Amino acid sequence: MIYLLYFILYGFFLTAVIGLVASWIDRKVTARVQYRVGPPVLQPLIDIVKLLGKETLVPRGASKAAFLGAPLFGLASVMLVSTILWMNNINTQNTFLGDLIVVLYVLTIPSISIIMGGFASSNPLASIGASREMKLVLSYELPFVLAVLVPVIHSGFSIRIGSLLTYQASNGVFAGSLSGALALIVAILCVQAKLALVPFDMPEAETEIAGGVLIEYSGTPLAVYKLMKNMLLFVLPFFLMIIFMGGLRTDGIHLLYGVLKYVGLVAIITVIRNTNPRVRIDQAVRFFWGPVTILAIIAVILAFKGL
Amino acid sequence: MSLKLKALLKSPWVFHLSTGSCNNCDIEILDCLTPRFDIERFGMILAGSIKHADVLLVTGSCNRQSVTRMKRLYEQAPKPCLVVAIGECAMSRGMFMQSYNCPVPLDKIIPVDAYIPGCPPKPEAIIAGAVKLIEKLKGNA
Ligand code: SF4
Repeated sequence: MIYLLYFILYGFFLTAVIGLVASWIDRKVTARVQYRVGPPVLQPLIDIVKLLGKETLVPRGASKAAFLGAPLFGLASVMLVSTILWMNNINTQNTFLGDLIVVLYVLTIPSISIIMGGFASSNPLASIGASREMKLVLSYELPFVLAVLVPVIHSGFSIRIGSLLTYQASNGVFAGSLSGALALIVAILCVQAKLALVPFDMPEAETEIAGGVLIEYSGTPLAVYKLMKNMLLFVLPFFLMIIFMGGLRTDGIHLLYGVLKYVGLVAIITVIRNTNPRVRIDQAVRFFWGPVTILAIIAVILAFKGL
Repeated sequence: MSLKLKALLKSPWVFHLSTGSCNNCDIEILDCLTPRFDIERFGMILAGSIKHADVLLVTGSCNRQSVTRMKRLYEQAPKPCLVVAIGECAMSRGMFMQSYNCPVPLDKIIPVDAYIPGCPPKPEAIIAGAVKLIEKLKGNA
């Protein structure tokens, strides 16, 4: 029963609220970088409410179940991840063996749901977008897993998120060490690709494939996808905070630090997004399998040396 | 006013369609997105796909080639969808009035909710037109 409460209250409501605010911050900062005024605070919420009120169209020739089911699938997985993260963050005893691995697996499901939706919509542009998303998943998963390995090595091979947090609470954060900092850089780049933001937004490239995977979505399913993306904008930086920066502590001044850590991560992601052009998919694959993976391997070796 | 309409008016995503314009009106539409005018402060963004759009901005003189496509796009747009005619061409075919290729004006083909005159209309005029459209819908509801 208590888990259901966690699932609804933390996994959905809190995450959605923070995610919507974060996506407003992202849009506002983008606007300010371009010397614009930017949207009002409630804009992300209004967008979603509006989409809920619109007609839902299913294209002819699309597989209806997969087309309408994919967004729910993605949203549910994001809720699950954020529940596990919040539970660990609130009480580090609330952990089970291997929850780090569960989180890593479930974090790929949003991408898979997007791929599924794209292919199910029987639109050639959506298929191009979905195949790009697939290549992107293949390219960033390896360095991401390697980067996550670094905290695991540091904490003496523990794959519980809760014990990573307790270790950091007593021995200092992992991002403070050389290997941890390298791994954090790698992980931020991978998160950029996981969120499909510029420079890695080729699955949705508005200017070349007109919205890509989401091209056929309208109304409620599109609202669910937007909500999922906004929630991911909270969940992924939160995951990085937990495994590299000691999580979000609610006692006294640590709460302020926690908020600053989160806003800092979102700001880094936004600045990367605003200062780079979109790369091609082959360049992205080369980038992730080349320099980023090498950096991640160096971080892992350094972590083994205890640096 | 219902919540649905309220939200629609606060976040109208626009899709822009050229039915044989001279491209000048289209450039003026894109000007509305630039820092100087910044329509994102009203929640408007340019949608890449018609399925995401709430407002269809039509420019150009509706020539025979594009009319069938335009009808299809209008049918594909999720309702409620508003149509705005931008520029002299879209309103009355302008200087192509006598052309063999432009038989009827836009509002004889699909229902138009707002007209923004000009050849091309200034970005200020386009924003003013959008505001008038919103006022009109508020009045109706
Ligand atoms: S109204 Fe004038 S500027 Fe606009 S498309 Fe027609 S000719 Fe070009």
